[in-house]
Amino acid sequence: MSKVVFKLEDDISTDVIYPGRFMATVLPTETPQFAFADYTEFNSKLKNKEIPPGSVLIAGNNFGCGSSREQATSTLKGHELTVVAKSFARIFLQNSINLGLKTVICPGIEGEVGDEIEVTHDKVINKTSGKSSDIIPLPSARQAIIDAGGLIAYTRKRLIEKHKK
Amino acid sequence: MAMTVVEKILSKATGQSSVKVNDVVEPVVNVAMSHENGALVINQFLEVYEGTGLKPEVWDPSKIVIIFDHRVPAETSKTATNQKKIRDFVAKQGIKKFHDIRGDEGGICHQILPEYGYVRPGYVVVGTDSHTTSHGALGAFSFGIGATEMASVWALGTVLNVEVPPTIKVEVKGKLPPFVTPKDLVLYLIGKVSAKGANYRVIEYHGETIRNMSTSGRLVICNMAVEAGATSGIVPGDEETIRYLKEEAGVKEDIEIISPDANAVYEQVIEIDVSNLVPQIACPHTVDNVKPVGDVEGVKLQQIVIGSCTNGRLDDLEGAAKILKGHKVARGTRMLIFPASWKIYREALKKGILGDLVDSGAAIINPGCGCCLGVHQGALGDGEVALATTNRNFKGRMGNPKGEVYLCSPEVAAASAITGVITDPRKGGR
Repeated sequence: MSKVVFKLEDDISTDVIYPGRFMATVLPTETPQFAFADYTEFNSKLKNKEIPPGSVLIAGNNFGCGSSREQATSTLKGHELTVVAKSFARIFLQNSINLGLKTVICPGIEGEVGDEIEVTHDKVINKTSGKSSDIIPLPSARQAIIDAGGLIAYTRKRLIEKHKK
Repeated sequence: MAMTVVEKILSKATGQSSVKVNDVVEPVVNVAMSHENGALVINQFLEVYEGTGLKPEVWDPSKIVIIFDHRVPAETSKTATNQKKIRDFVAKQGIKKFHDIRGDEGGICHQILPEYGYVRPGYVVVGTDSHTTSHGALGAFSFGIGATEMASVWALGTVLNVEVPPTIKVEVKGKLPPFVTPKDLVLYLIGKVSAKGANYRVIEYHGETIRNMSTSGRLVICNMAVEAGATSGIVPGDEETIRYLKEEAGVKEDIEIISPDANAVYEQVIEIDVSNLVPQIACPHTVDNVKPVGDVEGVKLQQIVIGSCTNGRLDDLEGAAKILKGHKVARGTRMLIFPASWKIYREALKKGILGDLVDSGAAIINPGCGCCLGVHQGALGDGEVALATTNRNFKGRMGNPKGEVYLCSPEVAAASAITGVITDPRKGGR
């Protein structure tokens, strides 16, 4: 069980998740400090470790649209947030799978900050409102990367296989 | 089986006789492009090799292109150190297609790729930049990926687990009216389909308007396909593609054209007649918040920007200079011009375009991504409003979440520079 800690609308761009002016910072160990930097209150809570790992961010459609910057993924991964959105933009979703940020596609997601949420294998259950909504599974081709522990591990495996041939 | 142009390209890149929508494929990559975020790609690439006992060598240095454009010259020591790290890596790996901060060969990645003939019809192109969709203008399947995914490409030479995307066919007819440009067409399209309307899909452009459009214009409509969520925009290669590559990019080899089958299956067909299209404006803070210029005329502007990978080419600067000639940029409004490459800069200088723009009061900034994404120059002050020929108007995009960005064509930008408010370039004319 996790708490909803942040709620966002449709079309949240990677410029909002990780503003361009911090793009010179690239290391996943350094990017978490700038998560949602322009939402100063939420950013402070994250930086002060007031948000427990596994907390849920809920969003509308097309979350992560815009720039391909991977910092937008590593910044959220650094805080171990789970993103439940109605839908995701392509590059952001791919980056999240590659880096192991937990993303859940749930077109019917409804909830407010403070709600208790449970994510099962096929449903998101809002314990506060009692409403449960179906999850759209990630494409099977993506699951292989998650199962391998991310794209670095998956590529390493493929690289070793290639050199054995 | 009848195939779309991207299905044909992916069949070729996977050595299969055909592929269909939702097949999972692993295409061989022809061009792998990165810019300053190459620094992160290097980290991830080295991590892939950790513990394998293998020497970290890229699969094919001739297929990797690295271009410095996002923060040139470096704005901080951090950027300069990242650029230095990339320079060292490029030298060590023998990557020759490296465009450093140089007046003779530098510029924005999405201009350098076509300018140097690195992209050909039928290629699979990946770039660690979302506007990599641009290169569909030359008939390639070209899409943006993240840094870790690029590290995987550098190691293996293929993109892993790509699903063949469905294609939306956009059929465009009619002649663009005076002062109405490919930018207006693509803004109109994005407004129509929405910012997510083409998510996980390819936009394949067809029709007489596209056939008659220069490669410069095609780069605009493919560049911004991503603003409708598209994986890629593509104009199947044709006579104009060959002309551009031979005459402008200096390509010597034969160029093979890949066309879609006449009976290819499209998920959706969108028809647009541009004969009566008017200048379009994308209003804050989403690119699909598109309105005809008449709806926002008179909005007061503090900054006007012409440039970027979207609209910083010679014809863009020329169009703006014609409108501005003999006029001054309004007091209280600043005008910044970022040519898309140093080659364009030089040509515009030779033709007297830059001189005319400077005489009007515009400030010319060195080619690069500049203020488009708010990382280098031209940030907005609190409460300021910008009108730009760039590609995004998200909150905070131009360096300040308390600023607002409107997007438009170079013609609208130039007409508005004279008045200091959003202005329809068709009124008053040249």
